[in-house]
Amino acid sequence: MLLNKKILIPTRNNLTALFFCLLVIIPVYLVIVNSLKDSAQARTMSAALPELLHFENFITVVERGKLAQTFVNSMLYATSATIISTLLSSMAAYVLSRNKSSLNRLVYFFIVMGIAMPLNFFTLTKIMQLTQLINTQVGIIVLYAATQIPFNVFLIYGFVDAIPRELDEAAIIDGCGPLRLFFSVIFPLLIPVVVTAGMLSFVGVWNDFLLPLYYLNNSAYWPMTLAVYNFFGQYQQDWNLVSADILLTVLPVLIIYLLGQRFILSGLTSGAVKG
Amino acid sequence: MKNKNYPFYFTIAALALYSVFVVLPGFMGIAYSFTDWNSYSTEVNFVGLDNFRIIFSGAENYTDYILNTLFFSITTIVLKTLIGLGLALLLSSGVRRFAHLYRTIIYLPVVLPTIAVGLIFRSILNPRTGILNEFFRAVGLDSLAQGWLVNPDIAMLSIIGVDTWKGVGYIMVILLAGLQTIPQEYYEAAQIDGASSFDRLRFITLPLLMPAITVVTVLNLLYGLRVFDIVYVLTGGGPGYTTDVVFTAVFDEFSKGRYGVGTALSSVLFIFMTVISFFIVRRLTRNPVEA
Repeated sequence: MLLNKKILIPTRNNLTALFFCLLVIIPVYLVIVNSLKDSAQARTMSAALPELLHFENFITVVERGKLAQTFVNSMLYATSATIISTLLSSMAAYVLSRNKSSLNRLVYFFIVMGIAMPLNFFTLTKIMQLTQLINTQVGIIVLYAATQIPFNVFLIYGFVDAIPRELDEAAIIDGCGPLRLFFSVIFPLLIPVVVTAGMLSFVGVWNDFLLPLYYLNNSAYWPMTLAVYNFFGQYQQDWNLVSADILLTVLPVLIIYLLGQRFILSGLTSGAVKG
Repeated sequence: MKNKNYPFYFTIAALALYSVFVVLPGFMGIAYSFTDWNSYSTEVNFVGLDNFRIIFSGAENYTDYILNTLFFSITTIVLKTLIGLGLALLLSSGVRRFAHLYRTIIYLPVVLPTIAVGLIFRSILNPRTGILNEFFRAVGLDSLAQGWLVNPDIAMLSIIGVDTWKGVGYIMVILLAGLQTIPQEYYEAAQIDGASSFDRLRFITLPLLMPAITVVTVLNLLYGLRVFDIVYVLTGGGPGYTTDVVFTAVFDEFSKGRYGVGTALSSVLFIFMTVISFFIVRRLTRNPVEA
């Protein structure tokens, strides 16, 4: 009984957890080892270790896949959309949370509904044409910022309540206007949740390939996700190159995840569990 | 006083961006659903319910796409919730030292781009050269080696499998946080009363975890109904139309320039999801202190 409790059950549990971890790791491992093989050895995408380490694969894909350009594009879209969306969302969430008038409650409700709303790509095309944003980098940034707003407002709104109102009052007595109150007093205190919202937005935009698929015909504007898919179309036989391209595309989000895990996981659960 | 210190103009930019690019297209779409809007002619004529008739008559596979979407949604909800719950229970009480590491690894696929995951699994699931079939053949289970993504009978199940691989960590993390809100004393009291571990799961854990389970079900449903990327990358809706879902069909209509039918199909989903989310968001925002 004691043996059972102290050794057997924990061992069984750890083995089960390890099994699931292995299921996750194997595909990731396959990409890593195959990105270092030559084309012939990578053909079957096997788990075997590379005979020689072909680091030049990475240089090849950067050149042939025009990865420098697509990396800059992805960075531009993810960073700009994240900054715009988190800034506008914090301003909105702050006022909606502090001043719960019936109009503001309605506005909050209306915005949060957007978390579930599917986009209509046909009429959105029309709006993109009317606003002259179709096929432009500004256009895609605006679209990403707009689609991230509902979740960000939802996330930040709950956090604003936790900031004591006494701070506002003190600042107002000291003569702060609304803008100064927000930017010098409230916003610094919102940083933890803004970082969470920002990371989730960044990863969301970086990983997306749906919006560019619809709204960016010009391949010079493509982000890494769309470029890697296109690269795969051209080099299906060269899994070593495709793997290297995949790895480079995944790397930025991987780094963000490993460094900012605490923020990402807290953001996912803070809205979900208590509600 | 409140309006002076917390002015409405703070919300205007967010509200405007969201309204113009997310909400407005949805409502315009409903209007355009009753027209023959297409890319070949500049004229747009009112055609009544024709587009909806095309969708729901069953003549052009659209009902299959809708059924596929529902099948995908329901199956992934069940799979992700069950596996996610199992993993959450395992990590919250079954393992001690490495729980954090396990969580980090199992959550990892959630942050990977779907496009990358799809490409990797296209290689893994390749019937001739894929490592999964190689594995089955190597251990003598040749009968299990399948045409995972090319056999019409199982292609959808393969997509569901890959999607579960990618998404289960998300569900696990939310349920794990839910488990942590259950006071430990309940379990201690139950143990003193002689409740078995199954009783504790049945009468303490599951009832108290219900709010979190509801949340993950909703999240999975919203995701499932809108699924596009993983299907597009893995099969593109094929073989034939067996794995086409609403949003791959929408993309198809978009490419073919059949905007009227496409926008009608989008609008069906838009109305359905807006109604669902109305009730969910109302529940979510009713008690702002808790939400």
